[in-house]
Amino acid sequence: MSAHADPTLWVRSRSKPSALAKLFDNKTFLIFICLAPALGLLLVFLTYPLGLGIYLSFTDTQLGKPGVWVGLENFQYLLTDRVFLNTVWNTIFYTAAATAAKFALGLWLALLLNENVPLKSLLRAIILLPWITPTVLSAIAFGWIYDPQFSIISYVFKHLGLISTNFDFLGTPWHARWSLVVANTWRGIPFVAISLLAGLQTISPSLYEAAMLDGASGWQRFRRVTVPLLMPILAVVLTFSVLFTFADFQLVYAITRGGPINSTHLMATLAFQRGIPGAALGEGAAIAVSMIPFLVIATLFSYFAVGNRKWQQGSDDDV
Amino acid sequence: MSELASPAPISTKDVPQVMAWDSRARRAVTIYVPLACFLLILLFPFYWMTITTFKPNGELLDYTHTNPFWINSPTLDNIRKLLFETEYPRWLTTTMGVAFGATAISLVASVLAAYAIQRLRFRGSKYVGLAIYLAYLVPPSILFIPLAEVVYSFGLFDSPWALVLTYPTFLIPFCTWLLIGYFKSIPYELEECALIDGASRLQILRRITLPLAVPGLISAGIFAFTLSWNEFIYALAFISSSENKTVPVAILTELVQGDVYQWGALMAGALLGSLPVAIFYSFFVEYYVSSLTGAVKE
Repeated sequence: MSAHADPTLWVRSRSKPSALAKLFDNKTFLIFICLAPALGLLLVFLTYPLGLGIYLSFTDTQLGKPGVWVGLENFQYLLTDRVFLNTVWNTIFYTAAATAAKFALGLWLALLLNENVPLKSLLRAIILLPWITPTVLSAIAFGWIYDPQFSIISYVFKHLGLISTNFDFLGTPWHARWSLVVANTWRGIPFVAISLLAGLQTISPSLYEAAMLDGASGWQRFRRVTVPLLMPILAVVLTFSVLFTFADFQLVYAITRGGPINSTHLMATLAFQRGIPGAALGEGAAIAVSMIPFLVIATLFSYFAVGNRKWQQGSDDDV
Repeated sequence: MSELASPAPISTKDVPQVMAWDSRARRAVTIYVPLACFLLILLFPFYWMTITTFKPNGELLDYTHTNPFWINSPTLDNIRKLLFETEYPRWLTTTMGVAFGATAISLVASVLAAYAIQRLRFRGSKYVGLAIYLAYLVPPSILFIPLAEVVYSFGLFDSPWALVLTYPTFLIPFCTWLLIGYFKSIPYELEECALIDGASRLQILRRITLPLAVPGLISAGIFAFTLSWNEFIYALAFISSSENKTVPVAILTELVQGDVYQWGALMAGALLGSLPVAIFYSFFVEYYVSSLTGAVKE
């Protein structure tokens, strides 16, 4: 390229930026354009429905029939409704039991994978399978495993001579509750394990060496090195896990539909049952809105746990 | 972390051999046995699903004469029934369409939003980022009742478009969050160079930032695709006619007739419904894992 061609090219290309390109170089306009699709969709289909849901919970709206403002009537009714109170209690039990199991087992699995095991990435891929299959479909599989007559678990235990009659997995309230907790734990372990494994891998081995030189036992190394360094990621994973277990719907809907005698309903399934097939949108919305205080507590926890992390302070040197 | 790891290349592998108590047998008992148990339990439902799918009905309900863990006379009957006597192919295409549509919309919206928040740096961008993060914490199960009203008033009830437009509400926050983290790892100097060379903002996004962010885009896309494939509650609440149902909803609501559970057909449905997403996943495992762990770490 000869020297004299460059300036002409340069001048020409600079001299006619189209009006559109100019508009896109205007930063305010660009910011607006970039944020519009995401914020627009979120406002119309998330923020507005959230507000609408709170409004609906104060009305007696039926499906397809506009309602009138009834104040706190829905909530007053729910507070006297044994099914609802049982559901709240059951949701808390389900969340607590499943989260505890998921974290205990998930942490264990993460620690196992963090040892130098062969075929680690293949193992990791296989372990995530329960988490990526559609929940409803694996829930149906659990429904079959829990079948009162043909449960494979009952078969195995019978053959080992441990029981003489089949397990009644879903027949009585407590059996059904624990069966659901087990199914939820099965699905949740991979997520917890793989996330915590990512956290474990960021802990430098030299810290363990230093602890070993100081004569720390295996338990002490776990308690004093692993746990504190894992805490930030543990808090985030815990928040998400609690949040999504509390708001769970699919598993219960697919396996028990809330039965036997409404004992396994979660707040989400009860809201669905009353709101969509039962057509009482106002009451369903009131049940859904009652979940918000619990979710807010979990979110605040997340904010303060995540809030200490670098990315929110706007620094970009933490890559 | 890097400055800690680099000067000490000795340790990790040597340590187990140095420690006298960490014998091979002990390692087998404390690591491989529990790991095998975990794998067994995590994979058993899939094995059981597959076995049930290919069992003839007689064998399925007879544990006394046959070993339930194996198939004596495998049959494709359940799969044939599912493919030719139900609307499964139709459900599959609907689900595919919805998943691709929702993923495409979410990716475009998220790329632009993440670029604006992370790169254009305006006053309050931090709060917009935080608001989007909070949106991720609103679970669909508190939104579906009012959303049913919204969908109804837009005239989208019982239309796949209702799903294409509502799924981005949980996909956009996740993808934006992931992409913000990804954009952060691309040096800003590259964009500055391009600006000095006279590129417009759009050219920078198209020619520099996006090509460098391709792995992040793939991660976000895969995650969005599997999430929309697995979504249940919106599809259950907004779709009522059989031919517009998505696979997870259809298998639960269309294959269960009354109280009689056709377990063979149900398991065939569960297997075939999980298979596309599992295959898709197997091609992109690494991206998937990195998006999962990246999103948690960010």
